[in-house]
Amino acid sequence: MSGLCYRFQVPGDDYSRAGEASSTVKNRLKRLGVSPEAIRRVSIALYEGEINMVIHGGGGEVTVTVSPDRVDMVLEDHGKGIPDIEKAMQEGYSTASEEARSLGFGAGMGLPNMKKYTDTMQIESTVGVGTTVRMTVLL
Amino acid sequence: MESFFHSVKLDSGLCVGCTNCVKRCPTAAIRVQDGKAHILRELCIDCGQCIYICPHHAKSAVVDHLADANRFRYTIALPAPSLYGQFHHLTDPAPVIRGLYGLGFDAVYEVARGAEAVTRLTQQYLDEKKLPLPVISCACPVVVRLIRTRFPNLTGNILPILPPVEVAARLAKQDFCRKTGCRPEEVGTVFLSPCPAKSTASRDPLGFDKSEVDIVVSIKDIYPALLAAMKRDDLPEAGPLSGSLGVGWGLSGGEAAGLSGITVLAADGIENIIRVLEDLEDEKITDVDFVELSACAGGCVGGILTVENPFLARTRLQKIQGHLSPEAQPPEVTDERLMLFDHPIKFCEVLSLARDLTTAMELLARVDEIEQDLYGMDCGACGAPSCRALATDIALGRAAVEDCIYIQRERHTAKP
Repeated sequence: MSGLCYRFQVPGDDYSRAGEASSTVKNRLKRLGVSPEAIRRVSIALYEGEINMVIHGGGGEVTVTVSPDRVDMVLEDHGKGIPDIEKAMQEGYSTASEEARSLGFGAGMGLPNMKKYTDTMQIESTVGVGTTVRMTVLL
Repeated sequence: MESFFHSVKLDSGLCVGCTNCVKRCPTAAIRVQDGKAHILRELCIDCGQCIYICPHHAKSAVVDHLADANRFRYTIALPAPSLYGQFHHLTDPAPVIRGLYGLGFDAVYEVARGAEAVTRLTQQYLDEKKLPLPVISCACPVVVRLIRTRFPNLTGNILPILPPVEVAARLAKQDFCRKTGCRPEEVGTVFLSPCPAKSTASRDPLGFDKSEVDIVVSIKDIYPALLAAMKRDDLPEAGPLSGSLGVGWGLSGGEAAGLSGITVLAADGIENIIRVLEDLEDEKITDVDFVELSACAGGCVGGILTVENPFLARTRLQKIQGHLSPEAQPPEVTDERLMLFDHPIKFCEVLSLARDLTTAMELLARVDEIEQDLYGMDCGACGAPSCRALATDIALGRAAVEDCIYIQRERHTAKP
Protein backbone atom coordinates (compact mmCIF):
# COMPACT_ATOMS: atom_id res chain seq x y z
CA MET A 1 0.00 0.00 0.00
CA SER A 2 1.06 3.62 -0.35
CA GLY A 3 1.60 5.91 2.58
CA LEU A 4 -0.45 7.13 5.49
CA CYS A 5 -0.48 10.89 5.51
CA TYR A 6 -0.93 13.16 8.52
CA ARG A 7 -1.14 16.95 8.47
CA PHE A 8 -0.84 19.33 11.40
CA GLN A 9 -1.05 23.06 11.86
CA VAL A 10 1.63 24.38 14.22
CA PRO A 11 0.55 27.63 15.89
CA GLY A 12 3.22 30.29 15.86
CA ASP A 13 2.66 31.78 19.24
CA ASP A 14 1.83 28.93 21.59
CA TYR A 15 4.84 27.18 22.99
CA SER A 16 2.71 24.78 25.00
CA ARG A 17 1.19 23.31 21.85
CA ALA A 18 4.50 22.57 20.17
CA GLY A 19 4.81 18.81 20.23
CA GLU A 20 1.26 17.93 19.25
CA ALA A 21 2.38 16.69 15.85
CA SER A 22 5.27 14.64 17.21
CA SER A 23 3.17 13.13 19.96
CA THR A 24 0.34 12.17 17.59
CA VAL A 25 2.77 10.67 15.10
CA LYS A 26 4.54 8.79 17.89
CA ASN A 27 1.27 7.22 19.01
CA ARG A 28 0.35 6.27 15.44
CA LEU A 29 3.75 4.64 14.90
CA LYS A 30 3.33 2.65 18.11
CA ARG A 31 0.13 1.17 16.67
CA LEU A 32 2.09 0.09 13.61
CA GLY A 33 4.66 -1.83 15.61
CA VAL A 34 7.50 0.26 14.15
CA SER A 35 10.79 -0.35 15.97
CA PRO A 36 11.15 1.66 19.19
CA GLU A 37 14.41 3.17 17.94
CA ALA A 38 12.80 4.48 14.74
CA ILE A 39 9.89 5.90 16.76
CA ARG A 40 12.36 7.62 19.04
CA ARG A 41 14.24 9.18 16.13
CA VAL A 42 11.07 10.39 14.41
CA SER A 43 9.54 11.90 17.51
CA ILE A 44 12.68 13.69 18.69
CA ALA A 45 13.47 15.13 15.24
CA LEU A 46 9.87 16.18 14.70
CA TYR A 47 9.60 17.78 18.13
CA GLU A 48 12.80 19.79 17.58
CA GLY A 49 11.38 20.91 14.25
CA GLU A 50 8.06 21.94 15.75
CA ILE A 51 9.81 23.96 18.44
CA ASN A 52 11.81 25.74 15.74
CA MET A 53 8.60 26.54 13.91
CA VAL A 54 7.15 28.12 17.05
CA ILE A 55 10.26 30.05 18.07
CA HIS A 56 11.59 31.15 14.68
CA GLY A 57 9.04 30.33 12.04
CA GLY A 58 5.86 31.91 13.30
CA GLY A 59 4.10 28.57 12.93
CA GLY A 60 3.26 26.64 9.82
CA GLU A 61 2.32 23.22 8.58
CA VAL A 62 3.73 19.76 9.23
CA THR A 63 3.08 16.86 6.86
CA VAL A 64 4.15 13.36 7.86
CA THR A 65 3.91 10.45 5.44
CA VAL A 66 4.41 6.93 6.74
CA SER A 67 5.36 4.35 4.12
CA PRO A 68 6.30 0.72 4.70
CA ASP A 69 10.01 1.55 4.47
CA ARG A 70 10.24 5.16 5.65
CA VAL A 71 8.75 8.13 7.46
CA ASP A 72 8.94 11.43 5.56
CA MET A 73 8.44 14.69 7.40
CA VAL A 74 7.96 18.09 5.78
CA LEU A 75 7.91 21.15 8.05
CA GLU A 76 6.96 24.34 6.32
CA ASP A 77 6.85 27.75 7.94
CA HIS A 78 6.33 31.25 6.66
CA GLY A 79 8.69 32.96 9.06
CA LYS A 80 11.78 35.10 8.69
CA GLY A 81 13.91 32.45 6.97
CA ILE A 82 17.53 31.37 7.58
CA PRO A 83 20.15 33.64 5.95
CA ASP A 84 23.06 31.17 6.24
CA ILE A 85 21.93 27.53 6.42
CA GLU A 86 25.46 26.15 6.73
CA LYS A 87 26.10 28.31 9.77
CA ALA A 88 22.71 27.45 11.26
CA MET A 89 23.59 23.76 11.00
CA GLN A 90 26.73 24.13 13.13
CA GLU A 91 26.48 22.64 16.59
CA GLY A 92 26.31 25.40 19.14
CA TYR A 93 25.32 28.11 16.67
CA SER A 94 22.34 30.00 18.01
CA THR A 95 20.56 33.25 17.43
CA ALA A 96 19.43 33.33 21.06
CA SER A 97 20.64 36.22 23.20
CA GLU A 98 23.45 35.78 25.74
CA GLU A 99 20.88 36.09 28.47
CA ALA A 100 18.65 33.34 27.06
CA ARG A 101 21.71 31.14 26.61
CA SER A 102 22.83 31.67 30.19
CA LEU A 103 19.46 30.27 31.20
CA GLY A 104 20.09 27.15 29.17
CA PHE A 105 18.03 28.06 26.10
CA GLY A 106 19.36 28.25 22.58
CA ALA A 107 22.11 25.69 22.91
CA GLY A 108 22.34 25.62 19.14
CA MET A 109 21.51 21.93 18.94
CA GLY A 110 18.06 22.06 17.29
CA LEU A 111 19.02 21.64 13.65
CA PRO A 112 22.10 19.48 14.38
CA ASN A 113 19.91 17.13 16.44
CA MET A 114 17.33 16.92 13.67
CA LYS A 115 20.11 15.92 11.30
CA LYS A 116 21.58 13.48 13.79
CA TYR A 117 18.30 11.63 14.37
CA THR A 118 17.23 11.36 10.73
CA ASP A 119 18.64 9.55 7.70
CA THR A 120 18.31 12.52 5.38
CA MET A 121 17.56 16.18 5.98
CA GLN A 122 17.29 19.09 3.57
CA ILE A 123 16.58 22.72 4.32
CA GLU A 124 15.31 25.26 1.83
CA SER A 125 14.95 28.78 3.06
CA THR A 126 14.32 32.24 1.66
CA VAL A 127 14.82 35.21 3.94
CA GLY A 128 11.53 36.94 4.54
CA VAL A 129 9.52 34.12 2.92
CA GLY A 130 9.98 31.05 5.08
CA THR A 131 11.74 27.75 5.60
CA THR A 132 10.96 24.20 4.53
CA VAL A 133 12.70 21.31 6.26
CA ARG A 134 12.44 17.80 4.79
CA MET A 135 13.51 14.88 6.93
CA THR A 136 13.37 11.12 6.41
CA VAL A 137 13.78 8.26 8.83
CA LEU A 138 14.18 4.86 7.18
CA LEU A 139 12.31 2.00 8.80
CA MET B 1 4.18 -16.26 26.23
CA GLU B 2 3.73 -13.04 28.14
CA SER B 3 1.46 -13.30 31.11
CA PHE B 4 -1.13 -10.65 31.84
CA PHE B 5 -2.31 -11.55 35.29
CA HIS B 6 -4.46 -8.84 36.83
CA SER B 7 -5.66 -7.98 40.29
CA VAL B 8 -8.94 -6.43 39.21
CA LYS B 9 -12.09 -8.51 39.04
CA LEU B 10 -15.63 -7.73 37.97
CA ASP B 11 -18.80 -8.81 39.71
CA SER B 12 -20.99 -8.94 36.63
CA GLY B 13 -24.10 -9.08 38.79
CA LEU B 14 -23.30 -5.59 40.05
CA CYS B 15 -22.06 -4.15 36.74
CA VAL B 16 -24.84 -2.16 35.08
CA GLY B 17 -22.85 -1.43 31.92
CA CYS B 18 -22.40 2.27 32.58
CA THR B 19 -19.17 3.65 31.19
CA ASN B 20 -17.62 5.30 34.23
CA CYS B 21 -14.70 2.87 34.30
CA VAL B 22 -14.34 2.96 30.51
CA LYS B 23 -13.92 6.72 30.55
CA ARG B 24 -11.52 6.80 33.47
CA CYS B 25 -9.16 4.01 32.42
CA PRO B 26 -5.83 5.71 31.61
CA THR B 27 -4.82 3.07 29.07
CA ALA B 28 -8.20 2.71 27.33
CA ALA B 29 -8.27 -0.92 28.43
CA ILE B 30 -11.99 -1.30 29.21
CA ARG B 31 -14.96 -1.82 26.91
CA VAL B 32 -18.61 -2.33 27.75
CA GLN B 33 -19.94 -5.11 25.57
CA ASP B 34 -23.24 -6.90 25.96
CA GLY B 35 -23.97 -4.63 28.88
CA LYS B 36 -20.93 -5.54 30.97
CA ALA B 37 -17.45 -4.08 31.39
CA HIS B 38 -14.59 -6.16 30.00
CA ILE B 39 -10.90 -5.59 30.47
CA LEU B 40 -8.55 -5.91 27.50
CA ARG B 41 -6.01 -7.83 29.52
CA GLU B 42 -2.89 -6.88 27.63
CA LEU B 43 -3.59 -3.16 28.05
CA CYS B 44 -4.44 -3.16 31.78
CA ILE B 45 -1.71 -1.89 34.11
CA ASP B 46 -3.48 -2.63 37.41
CA CYS B 47 -3.69 1.00 38.45
CA GLY B 48 -7.05 0.40 40.13
CA GLN B 49 -8.75 3.53 38.80
CA CYS B 50 -11.75 1.45 37.70
CA ILE B 51 -12.17 0.01 41.19
CA TYR B 52 -12.04 3.48 42.64
CA ILE B 53 -14.48 5.04 40.20
CA CYS B 54 -17.15 2.33 39.92
CA PRO B 55 -20.29 3.71 41.60
CA HIS B 56 -21.81 0.22 41.77
CA HIS B 57 -18.84 -1.44 43.47
CA ALA B 58 -18.77 -3.98 40.68
CA LYS B 59 -14.98 -3.94 40.53
CA SER B 60 -12.76 -5.17 43.27
CA ALA B 61 -9.14 -5.99 43.86
CA VAL B 62 -7.91 -9.57 43.85
CA VAL B 63 -6.16 -9.88 47.19
CA ASP B 64 -5.79 -12.65 49.75
CA HIS B 65 -7.58 -13.06 53.05
CA LEU B 66 -5.64 -13.11 56.27
CA ALA B 67 -6.84 -16.68 56.82
CA ASP B 68 -4.92 -17.73 53.69
CA ALA B 69 -1.77 -17.32 55.78
CA ASN B 70 -2.83 -20.28 57.92
CA ARG B 71 -1.14 -22.65 55.50
CA PHE B 72 2.19 -21.47 56.89
CA ARG B 73 3.53 -22.57 60.24
CA TYR B 74 4.95 -19.11 60.91
CA THR B 75 3.85 -15.78 59.51
CA ILE B 76 5.64 -12.46 59.20
CA ALA B 77 3.71 -9.25 58.66
CA LEU B 78 5.18 -6.74 56.20
CA PRO B 79 3.44 -3.41 56.90
CA ALA B 80 3.68 -0.83 54.09
CA PRO B 81 4.71 2.65 55.32
CA SER B 82 1.30 3.93 54.14
CA LEU B 83 -0.35 1.74 56.81
CA TYR B 84 0.99 4.03 59.55
CA GLY B 85 -0.89 6.98 58.05
CA GLN B 86 -4.25 5.29 58.64
CA PHE B 87 -4.33 5.86 62.41
CA HIS B 88 -4.81 8.85 64.70
CA HIS B 89 -2.36 10.08 67.31
CA LEU B 90 0.70 8.09 66.29
CA THR B 91 4.15 9.50 66.82
CA ASP B 92 5.89 6.31 65.76
CA PRO B 93 4.90 2.99 64.15
CA ALA B 94 5.36 0.96 67.36
CA PRO B 95 1.62 0.72 68.22
CA VAL B 96 0.90 -0.62 64.73
CA ILE B 97 3.68 -3.16 65.00
CA ARG B 98 2.51 -4.30 68.43
CA GLY B 99 -1.04 -4.53 67.08
CA LEU B 100 0.21 -6.84 64.34
CA TYR B 101 1.75 -9.13 66.98
CA GLY B 102 -1.65 -8.98 68.65
CA LEU B 103 -3.21 -10.35 65.45
CA GLY B 104 -1.03 -13.42 65.80
CA PHE B 105 1.91 -12.70 63.51
CA ASP B 106 5.14 -14.33 64.67
CA ALA B 107 7.22 -11.43 63.45
CA VAL B 108 6.85 -8.02 61.90
CA TYR B 109 9.29 -6.62 59.37
CA GLU B 110 8.67 -3.06 58.25
CA VAL B 111 8.71 -2.53 54.49
CA ALA B 112 10.30 0.80 55.44
CA ARG B 113 13.41 -1.12 56.44
CA GLY B 114 13.54 -2.77 53.02
CA ALA B 115 13.17 0.74 51.59
CA GLU B 116 16.19 1.94 53.52
CA ALA B 117 18.28 -0.91 52.13
CA VAL B 118 17.08 0.02 48.62
CA THR B 119 18.00 3.67 49.17
CA ARG B 120 21.48 2.73 50.31
CA LEU B 121 22.13 0.48 47.31
CA THR B 122 20.61 2.98 44.85
CA GLN B 123 22.87 5.72 46.21
CA GLN B 124 25.88 3.44 45.90
CA TYR B 125 25.02 2.58 42.27
CA LEU B 126 24.45 6.24 41.44
CA ASP B 127 27.77 7.20 43.02
CA GLU B 128 29.54 4.43 41.10
CA LYS B 129 27.78 5.60 37.92
CA LYS B 130 26.49 2.11 37.29
CA LEU B 131 23.07 3.17 36.04
CA PRO B 132 21.96 4.81 32.78
CA LEU B 133 20.41 8.20 33.55
CA PRO B 134 17.75 9.18 34.19
CA VAL B 135 16.99 6.29 36.52
CA ILE B 136 13.29 5.52 36.90
CA SER B 137 12.18 4.04 40.20
CA CYS B 138 10.45 0.64 40.07
CA ALA B 139 8.78 0.93 43.47
CA CYS B 140 5.35 1.58 41.93
CA PRO B 141 4.45 -1.54 39.94
CA VAL B 142 2.01 0.42 37.78
CA VAL B 143 4.94 2.43 36.42
CA VAL B 144 6.83 -0.73 35.47
CA ARG B 145 3.76 -2.12 33.71
CA LEU B 146 3.18 1.15 31.89
CA ILE B 147 6.75 1.28 30.66
CA ARG B 148 6.86 -2.33 29.54
CA THR B 149 3.82 -1.93 27.30
CA ARG B 150 3.93 1.70 26.19
CA PHE B 151 7.42 3.14 26.56
CA PRO B 152 9.85 0.71 24.94
CA ASN B 153 12.64 3.25 24.91
CA LEU B 154 12.58 3.59 28.69
CA THR B 155 12.81 -0.07 29.76
CA GLY B 156 16.58 0.30 30.18
CA ASN B 157 16.13 3.19 32.62
CA ILE B 158 14.19 1.21 35.20
CA LEU B 159 16.11 0.86 38.46
CA PRO B 160 17.23 -2.81 38.54
CA ILE B 161 16.97 -3.00 42.32
CA LEU B 162 13.96 -4.84 43.74
CA PRO B 163 11.15 -2.81 45.26
CA PRO B 164 11.21 -2.39 49.07
CA VAL B 165 8.45 -4.91 49.78
CA GLU B 166 10.34 -7.66 47.97
CA VAL B 167 13.60 -6.80 49.72
CA ALA B 168 11.76 -6.69 53.05
CA ALA B 169 10.18 -10.12 52.40
CA ARG B 170 13.54 -11.68 51.62
CA LEU B 171 15.36 -10.09 54.57
CA ALA B 172 12.47 -10.93 56.89
CA LYS B 173 12.55 -14.63 55.99
CA GLN B 174 16.35 -14.76 56.29
CA ASP B 175 16.24 -13.06 59.66
CA PHE B 176 13.46 -15.23 61.02
CA CYS B 177 15.00 -18.52 59.88
CA ARG B 178 18.34 -17.55 61.33
CA LYS B 179 16.83 -16.66 64.70
CA THR B 180 14.45 -19.61 65.00
CA GLY B 181 16.22 -22.29 62.99
CA CYS B 182 13.09 -23.07 60.99
CA ARG B 183 13.02 -23.81 57.28
CA PRO B 184 12.15 -21.03 54.78
CA GLU B 185 9.16 -22.98 53.41
CA GLU B 186 7.57 -22.96 56.88
CA VAL B 187 7.50 -19.16 56.87
CA GLY B 188 4.93 -17.06 55.03
CA THR B 189 5.23 -13.31 54.50
CA VAL B 190 2.04 -11.27 54.54
CA PHE B 191 2.21 -7.88 52.88
CA LEU B 192 -0.33 -5.31 54.06
CA SER B 193 -0.85 -3.50 50.80
CA PRO B 194 -2.27 -0.11 49.84
CA CYS B 195 -3.03 -1.15 46.24
CA PRO B 196 -3.94 -4.04 43.92
CA ALA B 197 -0.89 -3.46 41.71
CA LYS B 198 1.37 -4.70 44.47
CA SER B 199 -0.73 -7.82 44.67
CA THR B 200 -0.16 -8.40 40.96
CA ALA B 201 3.54 -7.70 41.42
CA SER B 202 3.87 -10.56 43.90
CA ARG B 203 1.87 -13.06 41.83
CA ASP B 204 3.30 -12.13 38.46
CA PRO B 205 6.57 -10.32 39.13
CA LEU B 206 8.34 -8.39 36.38
CA GLY B 207 12.13 -8.39 36.43
CA PHE B 208 12.46 -11.26 38.89
CA ASP B 209 11.37 -14.86 38.79
CA LYS B 210 9.81 -15.53 42.15
CA SER B 211 8.36 -13.24 44.75
CA GLU B 212 8.99 -13.96 48.42
CA VAL B 213 5.79 -12.10 49.27
CA ASP B 214 3.47 -15.05 49.87
CA ILE B 215 0.21 -13.38 50.84
CA VAL B 216 -1.11 -9.91 50.05
CA VAL B 217 -3.85 -8.54 52.29
CA SER B 218 -5.34 -5.11 51.71
CA ILE B 219 -4.92 -2.41 54.34
CA LYS B 220 -8.67 -1.81 54.37
CA ASP B 221 -9.39 -5.51 55.04
CA ILE B 222 -7.02 -5.75 57.99
CA TYR B 223 -7.84 -2.30 59.36
CA PRO B 224 -10.77 -3.12 61.73
CA ALA B 225 -9.06 -6.08 63.39
CA LEU B 226 -5.77 -4.23 63.59
CA LEU B 227 -7.40 -1.19 65.14
CA ALA B 228 -8.92 -3.41 67.82
CA ALA B 229 -5.62 -5.20 68.44
CA MET B 230 -3.80 -1.88 68.81
CA LYS B 231 -5.94 -1.12 71.85
CA ARG B 232 -4.67 -4.12 73.81
CA ASP B 233 -2.13 -3.48 76.53
CA ASP B 234 -0.66 -6.95 76.89
CA LEU B 235 1.54 -6.91 73.79
CA PRO B 236 5.34 -7.12 73.56
CA GLU B 237 7.55 -4.17 72.68
CA ALA B 238 7.99 -3.49 68.99
CA GLY B 239 11.78 -3.60 68.75
CA PRO B 240 13.99 -1.35 66.63
CA LEU B 241 12.11 0.78 64.15
CA SER B 242 12.89 2.08 60.72
CA GLY B 243 13.89 5.72 60.37
CA SER B 244 11.95 8.61 58.93
CA LEU B 245 13.59 7.98 55.57
CA GLY B 246 12.03 4.57 55.14
CA VAL B 247 8.62 5.71 56.41
CA GLY B 248 8.71 8.57 53.88
CA TRP B 249 8.46 6.06 51.01
CA GLY B 250 4.72 6.04 51.63
CA LEU B 251 4.61 9.57 50.22
CA SER B 252 5.30 10.84 46.74
CA GLY B 253 8.87 12.15 46.75
CA GLY B 254 9.82 10.05 49.75
CA GLU B 255 12.12 7.75 47.85
CA ALA B 256 13.85 10.61 46.05
CA ALA B 257 14.30 12.45 49.38
CA GLY B 258 16.71 9.76 50.50
CA LEU B 259 19.10 10.28 47.60
CA SER B 260 21.78 12.96 47.51
CA GLY B 261 24.05 14.59 44.98
CA ILE B 262 21.59 14.21 42.13
CA THR B 263 18.64 16.03 40.60
CA VAL B 264 15.36 14.29 41.28
CA LEU B 265 11.87 14.57 39.86
CA ALA B 266 8.84 13.16 41.67
CA ALA B 267 5.35 13.01 40.20
CA ASP B 268 2.15 11.35 41.33
CA GLY B 269 -1.26 10.64 39.86
CA ILE B 270 -1.69 8.38 36.86
CA GLU B 271 -2.26 11.08 34.23
CA ASN B 272 0.69 13.07 35.52
CA ILE B 273 3.10 10.17 35.45
CA ILE B 274 2.08 9.26 31.91
CA ARG B 275 2.89 12.81 30.88
CA VAL B 276 6.31 12.61 32.54
CA LEU B 277 7.01 9.28 30.80
CA GLU B 278 6.00 10.76 27.43
CA ASP B 279 8.38 13.67 27.98
CA LEU B 280 11.18 11.38 29.14
CA GLU B 281 10.70 9.22 26.06
CA ASP B 282 10.88 12.27 23.80
CA GLU B 283 14.00 13.44 25.63
CA LYS B 284 12.27 16.65 26.62
CA ILE B 285 13.42 16.03 30.18
CA THR B 286 17.19 16.00 30.09
CA ASP B 287 18.32 17.64 33.31
CA VAL B 288 17.07 15.05 35.79
CA ASP B 289 18.98 12.03 37.17
CA PHE B 290 16.33 10.19 39.14
CA VAL B 291 12.61 9.97 38.47
CA GLU B 292 10.18 8.76 41.11
CA LEU B 293 6.64 8.16 39.87
CA SER B 294 3.61 7.02 41.87
CA ALA B 295 0.39 6.11 40.09
CA CYS B 296 -1.74 7.16 43.05
CA ALA B 297 -2.27 10.77 44.10
CA GLY B 298 0.04 11.63 46.96
CA GLY B 299 1.99 8.37 46.63
CA CYS B 300 1.11 5.04 48.28
CA VAL B 301 -1.02 6.82 50.89
CA GLY B 302 -3.40 7.43 47.96
CA GLY B 303 -3.66 3.70 47.21
CA ILE B 304 -7.21 2.53 46.62
CA LEU B 305 -7.00 -0.18 49.27
CA THR B 306 -6.32 2.28 52.06
CA VAL B 307 -8.90 3.71 54.45
CA GLU B 308 -7.98 7.32 55.12
CA ASN B 309 -8.10 10.41 52.96
CA PRO B 310 -4.66 10.40 51.28
CA PHE B 311 -3.85 13.95 52.30
CA LEU B 312 -4.68 13.35 55.94
CA ALA B 313 -2.62 10.16 55.78
CA ARG B 314 0.24 12.24 54.40
CA THR B 315 0.02 14.71 57.27
CA ARG B 316 0.07 11.85 59.74
CA LEU B 317 3.04 10.15 58.12
CA GLN B 318 4.91 13.44 58.16
CA LYS B 319 4.17 13.79 61.85
CA ILE B 320 5.55 10.30 62.49
CA GLN B 321 8.60 11.15 60.40
CA GLY B 322 9.20 14.16 62.62
CA HIS B 323 9.43 11.93 65.68
CA LEU B 324 11.76 9.31 64.20
CA SER B 325 15.49 9.55 63.82
CA PRO B 326 16.28 10.64 60.28
CA GLU B 327 18.30 7.60 59.37
CA ALA B 328 17.96 4.30 61.08
CA GLN B 329 20.74 1.86 60.37
CA PRO B 330 19.65 0.13 57.14
CA PRO B 331 19.53 -3.65 57.50
CA GLU B 332 22.71 -5.57 56.76
CA VAL B 333 22.58 -7.26 53.38
CA THR B 334 25.33 -9.82 53.04
CA ASP B 335 24.68 -10.70 49.41
CA GLU B 336 23.77 -7.76 47.19
CA ARG B 337 22.26 -10.13 44.59
CA LEU B 338 19.36 -10.70 46.94
CA MET B 339 18.28 -7.17 46.08
CA LEU B 340 18.70 -7.22 42.32
CA PHE B 341 16.49 -8.01 39.35
CA ASP B 342 17.03 -11.43 37.80
CA HIS B 343 16.60 -10.02 34.30
CA PRO B 344 15.88 -6.65 32.68
CA ILE B 345 12.29 -5.58 31.98
CA LYS B 346 11.47 -6.54 28.42
CA PHE B 347 9.29 -4.45 26.13
CA CYS B 348 6.03 -6.16 25.43
CA GLU B 349 4.37 -5.19 22.16
CA VAL B 350 0.66 -4.75 22.89
CA LEU B 351 -0.26 -1.66 20.90
CA SER B 352 0.50 -2.73 17.33
CA LEU B 353 -2.55 -3.44 15.23
CA ALA B 354 -1.01 -6.35 13.34
CA ARG B 355 2.14 -8.42 13.30
CA ASP B 356 3.41 -7.11 10.00
CA LEU B 357 3.81 -3.47 9.08
CA THR B 358 1.81 -3.57 5.84
CA THR B 359 -1.26 -5.07 7.47
CA ALA B 360 -0.91 -2.68 10.41
CA MET B 361 -0.75 0.24 7.99
CA GLU B 362 -3.87 -0.93 6.19
CA LEU B 363 -5.67 -1.23 9.52
CA LEU B 364 -4.47 2.17 10.68
CA ALA B 365 -5.67 3.74 7.42
CA ARG B 366 -9.01 2.05 8.03
CA VAL B 367 -9.12 3.40 11.62
CA ASP B 368 -8.44 6.93 10.33
CA GLU B 369 -11.17 6.53 7.72
CA ILE B 370 -13.76 5.18 10.18
CA GLU B 371 -12.92 7.90 12.68
CA GLN B 372 -13.75 10.50 10.02
CA ASP B 373 -17.28 9.10 9.79
CA LEU B 374 -17.86 9.18 13.55
CA TYR B 375 -19.09 12.27 15.34
CA GLY B 376 -16.08 12.95 17.52
CA MET B 377 -18.19 13.32 20.65
CA ASP B 378 -16.15 10.79 22.64
CA CYS B 379 -19.35 10.11 24.57
CA GLY B 380 -18.52 6.53 25.45
CA ALA B 381 -22.08 5.31 24.92
CA CYS B 382 -20.85 2.65 22.47
CA GLY B 383 -18.79 1.14 25.29
CA ALA B 384 -15.43 2.36 23.99
CA PRO B 385 -13.72 5.32 25.68
CA SER B 386 -13.42 7.51 22.56
CA CYS B 387 -14.42 7.64 18.91
CA ARG B 388 -10.85 6.76 18.01
CA ALA B 389 -11.03 3.67 20.23
CA LEU B 390 -14.33 2.65 18.64
CA ALA B 391 -12.85 3.16 15.17
CA THR B 392 -9.95 0.92 16.18
CA ASP B 393 -12.31 -1.73 17.54
CA ILE B 394 -14.34 -1.65 14.33
CA ALA B 395 -11.21 -1.97 12.17
CA LEU B 396 -10.13 -4.94 14.29
CA GLY B 397 -13.55 -6.53 13.93
CA ARG B 398 -14.54 -6.37 17.58
CA ALA B 399 -17.21 -3.68 17.25
CA ALA B 400 -19.59 -2.38 14.61
CA VAL B 401 -20.28 1.12 13.36
CA GLU B 402 -23.88 0.70 14.56
CA ASP B 403 -22.56 0.71 18.12
CA CYS B 404 -22.36 4.49 17.76
CA ILE B 405 -25.63 5.98 19.01
CA TYR B 406 -25.25 9.04 16.79
CA ILE B 407 -24.93 6.85 13.70
CA GLN B 408 -27.97 4.90 14.88
CA ARG B 409 -29.94 8.11 15.26
CA GLU B 410 -28.80 9.32 11.86
CA ARG B 411 -29.98 6.08 10.24
CA HIS B 412 -33.20 6.08 12.19
CA THR B 413 -34.13 9.62 11.17
CA ALA B 414 -33.02 9.06 7.56
CA LYS B 415 -35.60 6.29 7.14
CA PRO B 416 -39.13 7.37 6.20
